[in-house]
Amino acid sequence: MNLNDLPEDEYFTSGHTACPGCVAPIIVRNMMKILGKNTVVYTPANCLLVFGGTYPYIAWKVPYFHEAFENTGSSISGAARAFKKKRKDVTVVGIAGDGGTYDIGIQALSGAAERNEDVIYVCYDNEAYMNTGIQRSGSTPYGASTTTTPPGKKIPGKLEHKKDMAEIMRAHEVPYVATMSVSHIADFLRKVEKAKKIKGFRYLHVFSPCPTGWRFDPSKSIEIARKAVDSGMWTLYEAEYGEIMDIYKPKKKIPVEEYIKGQGRFRHFTPEMIEELQKWVDKKWERLYGEKP
Amino acid sequence: MPDKGHKYGEGGESMIQKLEAKKMVITGDHAAAYAALLADVEVVAAYPITPQTLIVEDFATFVDDGITDAEFIMVESEHSAMSAVIGSEAAGARSFTATSSQGLALMHEMLPIASGLHLPIVMPVVNRTVAAPIGIWCEYNDMMPQRDTGWMQMYSEDNQEVLDMVIMGYKIAENHDVLLPIMMGLDAFILSHTVEPVEAPSSDEVADFLPPYKPIAVLDPDNPMAIGTFTPPEYIQELRYQTHRCMKNARKVIYDVTKEFASKFGRNYHGLIEEYETDDAEVILITMGTVTGTARDVVDAYRKQGKKVGLIKLRFFRPFPAEELRKALQNAEVIGVFDRAVSYGVGGPAWIDVKSALYGFDKPVLNFLAGIGGRDIVRGDVEKMFDIMLDAKNGKAKKEIVWINTRGVEE
Ligand SMILES: Cc1ncc(C[n+]2csc(CCOP(=O)(O)OP(=O)(O)O)c2C)c(N)n1
Ligand code: SF4
Ligand SMILES: [Mg+2]
Repeated sequence: MNLNDLPEDEYFTSGHTACPGCVAPIIVRNMMKILGKNTVVYTPANCLLVFGGTYPYIAWKVPYFHEAFENTGSSISGAARAFKKKRKDVTVVGIAGDGGTYDIGIQALSGAAERNEDVIYVCYDNEAYMNTGIQRSGSTPYGASTTTTPPGKKIPGKLEHKKDMAEIMRAHEVPYVATMSVSHIADFLRKVEKAKKIKGFRYLHVFSPCPTGWRFDPSKSIEIARKAVDSGMWTLYEAEYGEIMDIYKPKKKIPVEEYIKGQGRFRHFTPEMIEELQKWVDKKWERLYGEKP
Repeated sequence: MPDKGHKYGEGGESMIQKLEAKKMVITGDHAAAYAALLADVEVVAAYPITPQTLIVEDFATFVDDGITDAEFIMVESEHSAMSAVIGSEAAGARSFTATSSQGLALMHEMLPIASGLHLPIVMPVVNRTVAAPIGIWCEYNDMMPQRDTGWMQMYSEDNQEVLDMVIMGYKIAENHDVLLPIMMGLDAFILSHTVEPVEAPSSDEVADFLPPYKPIAVLDPDNPMAIGTFTPPEYIQELRYQTHRCMKNARKVIYDVTKEFASKFGRNYHGLIEEYETDDAEVILITMGTVTGTARDVVDAYRKQGKKVGLIKLRFFRPFPAEELRKALQNAEVIGVFDRAVSYGVGGPAWIDVKSALYGFDKPVLNFLAGIGGRDIVRGDVEKMFDIMLDAKNGKAKKEIVWINTRGVEE
């Protein structure tokens, strides 16, 4: 879909309470324009749950439900099966954060994917537990400062690299896995449109810069998202039944140093730490593109 | 006239094959699964655990044999089982699950979510020991700790009651004055794996008794609403009160439903408690689950010896039948409460609630802890309970809390 053809209809409306510059509502709003009215949304505990609706003010214009934190995969399975039984054609979509996906929710997610439930699972990835105050998650990149990985005198931030969740989902060989970023909006919209048409389990993983947790100027959200892609920190691809069908390659690969610049969570980085992060990116690049950067 | 439960809303297509009324010799687990079939459940999500496994396997067989076209979600855990039936029930489908012990413990987080959203889920729980140490035999330490989750809970005496209660369970839970989920206990192995003759009504009779589920709040794109939103203190206290009120409303509904069931199917469960030889009884033992049958025999034998003993079967633990107990126990001189679970350092959970219900009664209320961890409760054990109560009547009570048949502990 062309950006100009995007429907005027809003299913995630203004009045929500996300921080200025937050990418999560941009993801949700645009995605919902394509998924449309005939959609039921589940949100586990996360920023979106809170900024999308605190009773009695609800930004959602479609039916929306919440149960708990770790069960997006199973909650949407239940709703989807009920609609199947009742022969109602409804798109059931669960929108979880990285914490609700990589960590506490991975079991229910893996189960739903393995059963090939007819649902769309969306992970908006802001690389930490933001709702509870910026704690590390399995998605937090190497070295980043969070409230549970504060750069100290002995330990300089998070010691482990980011877990490759999309690859874990690709290994489930589900009908559709796509990684996305709103900085590449046409690609983003195309993937949502495609996911909507596919039956079975669909996993959409969207990069979601968070000015509050990453400590950057809120006007720079899209720029940072773009730099993540251009540096290889985030890679856009899509896979069908476990096979990569399309992968976006930045025209000019930028060094990670350029990406981390301006983000407070990396401010303490030493040249050695930058090098460590660059090595990780280069290795991932080689694995995904089959050639050295 | 409500439309029949076994029809599709619009198409009128039959969801289950017609099932004739029949007498079967079946396990408690099969009774539970067969009752779910009769209740025409639309979505089942479950995860196997001994001794509940037969329920899951039986239902899978019904689905694979095409006896029902219910959706069966074979989830990867009990936490997901409960999450899934909450989702399906929120989408308006009559939903069913079953578990036991560790599985119930794993579900715990989701239980108040089911009741808080007022979703009338029905869940047999095969009562099994909770670890540690790990054991698979009968105990109520799995279900008792769930008493404050907003679920109704009851305990069955035999396999017939298991089958009947699943059917009645939906009727009670789905009543708009109640709209709370219900778990029904059945004793591990003693019921779950033991065959007994059970009368099953026909699917038509059940459909007539149990109309289709009519949810109030439902996920429907034509009428969007938010279910389970983040809610500030301005509203939650009223919601808690509503759940409290629903639980209180359930008492009358349980009476009405057991009465209607009795008139339709000829089996009367008398509401929340069942009394046996209590009219002139001087000592009364309160029992739960299968031990009731043994206790009935003891009552009969003691009555022949001229001893004025009686028993009350505590069927429902939530809602708790406080008024019924006060009335039934007003003339008793000594009361005993059987517990198959313990609230550590205090006593049996049933005893605690009975005592609080009887506040102001000036008579001994003894507690008998027995059968814990699945230890057999033999006739002699129940006789001992009555003997201790009769001694207490003559002013010879030694202890308030008695651990029956427990090595190293004096009775
Ligand atoms: C079982 C359970 N454990 C912990 C929490 C507390 N909690 C709520 S949201 C959250 C973090 C969410 O992180 P993520 O999924 O990344 O979403 P974000 O807030 O970053 O958008 C945590 C830890 C909870 N609600 N439930
Ligand atoms: S903390 Fe981050 S993710 Fe959460 S609303 Fe604010 S900007 Fe968005
Ligand atoms: Mg996050």
